Amino acid sequence: MKKSFVAPLILAGTLGVAFSAHAVDTRARFMAANCSYCHGPDGKSRGAIPGLAGLEPGYFVEQMKAFRDGSRPATVMKKHAAGYTDAEFEALAKYFASVK
Amino acid sequence: MTLNRRDFLKTSFGAAGIAAIAGLGGCATAKTGSAGPKVVVVGAGFGGAAFSRYLKMWAPQAQVTLIEPNARFTSCPYSNTVLAGINKMEDITHPYDYLKKAVDNFVPDTVTAIDTTRQTVTTAGGRTFAYDKLVLAGGIELLFDRVRGYDAEAQKTVMHAWKAGPQTATLRKQLEAMPDGGTFVMSVPMAPYRCPPGPYERACMVASYFKQAKPKSKIIILDGNPDVASKKPLFVGAWTKHFGYGTDNSMIDFRANNQPLAVDAKKMVVTTEFDDVKGDVINVVPPMRAAEICGLAGVRDGSNGNWCTIDYRTFESKVVKNVHILGDSALTNFPKSGSVANNTGKMCAYALSEQFAGRQADPSPVVTNTCYSGTGMGTAFHVATVFRWDEAKQSMIPPKDANGISSAESELEMTYMESWAKNVWADTLGLPESYNFTAKG
Repeated sequence: MKKSFVAPLILAGTLGVAFSAHAVDTRARFMAANCSYCHGPDGKSRGAIPGLAGLEPGYFVEQMKAFRDGSRPATVMKKHAAGYTDAEFEALAKYFASVK
Repeated sequence: MTLNRRDFLKTSFGAAGIAAIAGLGGCATAKTGSAGPKVVVVGAGFGGAAFSRYLKMWAPQAQVTLIEPNARFTSCPYSNTVLAGINKMEDITHPYDYLKKAVDNFVPDTVTAIDTTRQTVTTAGGRTFAYDKLVLAGGIELLFDRVRGYDAEAQKTVMHAWKAGPQTATLRKQLEAMPDGGTFVMSVPMAPYRCPPGPYERACMVASYFKQAKPKSKIIILDGNPDVASKKPLFVGAWTKHFGYGTDNSMIDFRANNQPLAVDAKKMVVTTEFDDVKGDVINVVPPMRAAEICGLAGVRDGSNGNWCTIDYRTFESKVVKNVHILGDSALTNFPKSGSVANNTGKMCAYALSEQFAGRQADPSPVVTNTCYSGTGMGTAFHVATVFRWDEAKQSMIPPKDANGISSAESELEMTYMESWAKNVWADTLGLPESYNFTAKG
């Protein structure tokens, strides 16, 4: 009796979540948040380190690749760029471009 | 899988799910009232504060109670600049006002008991909070009894200044009162300890003050480790360039393998295995372990019962279910830095928000560290690392080239260090864009 009451609610709850999962790339959102201790909350910097919010995605990906291969000189960014895949550059670019 | 009623109500699909379905046609991401999973966070430092803020952004239905005894946030990173006289305490101290608005319940109190079976937390003020998830972000406990003579009386005059606050202010006053030609004796604990480069940066910062205000003074560094434990070429380079290190007239006297075994606060002597070292100002950082609250929860299982082992994917304790440990208290491959505490706070918030949404925590997470150290001479340098989950090694390790230090100290990195401080404070505490930072590089 108890189980037959509970199970449909769990199912309904799970479906609700599944629908909403398409709206946000939560992994990209998390990785982007990792950048914010230097680049500011939501990529909006409060200091000399450049902000990332609203950057054009193609530019963002190009810069990350340039940091990684050393063609753009860097202090910390060569190491950070070496830690992510090309697909993750794309996901981060898309996320930061969406921040208004 | 069978669920009893209690388990059912403890999940995110419990009463919150019912409310969402009844009111909003099955939209489980809607903000709900008081029925989301109960998350109790202990400690509003870089880890606990960042965790709380990000969990409320990523899982608004979670009911977050944040317990913190201090009235304001005082930053350990940058606190060495106060010892140099570059900044004052107010420049590294920030309000909790914005963080309070971000969580459901901000409790200014100290945790005195944790019952991981009943899943409750009790405070000195006599309040008890039930949790579905407990997040421990208490930093470190200093073990004064591991240094002979470092008792309550000695602690009145011998500062550790390894938790920023009144200790930092007092040590600065002691340095100001020291006569020119005096000796500052400071120690470095055995690794692992909070902020690996911190002691060596402290030596730079105090030396920069002495160079300008009391140039005949000396600094003796008593290091428990066999060598400079962090950013060695950069610190030795800075000591050499600015403070005569390596010459007969060096301001800095570095002594490896010299762990303080005893302190005599009356005679102002620190005893190591080799020497009795006299100082005019003594600054001993004792050995440390995971914070007291980790002891209360019974999660100090690693490294001879000193630190807490965790699952990297969720930061959940390996020995007690539903207890997550952030920042310095955790035994990980990460350095115990402010950046890592901030990042692990977000990583745990991400894992729990995925679980609350009925998904698995990310099986291959990424965490980063970026840590600047200043020389006190207008320059700084860094160590930066990306850590990724490695399935074969069952650990988080840096991919090729994703770890390294500056090639040299620079003024540019000092501007970045200042910017890092402002951004990490803003990110951790939710300080608005209009907030006025006063800290200088």
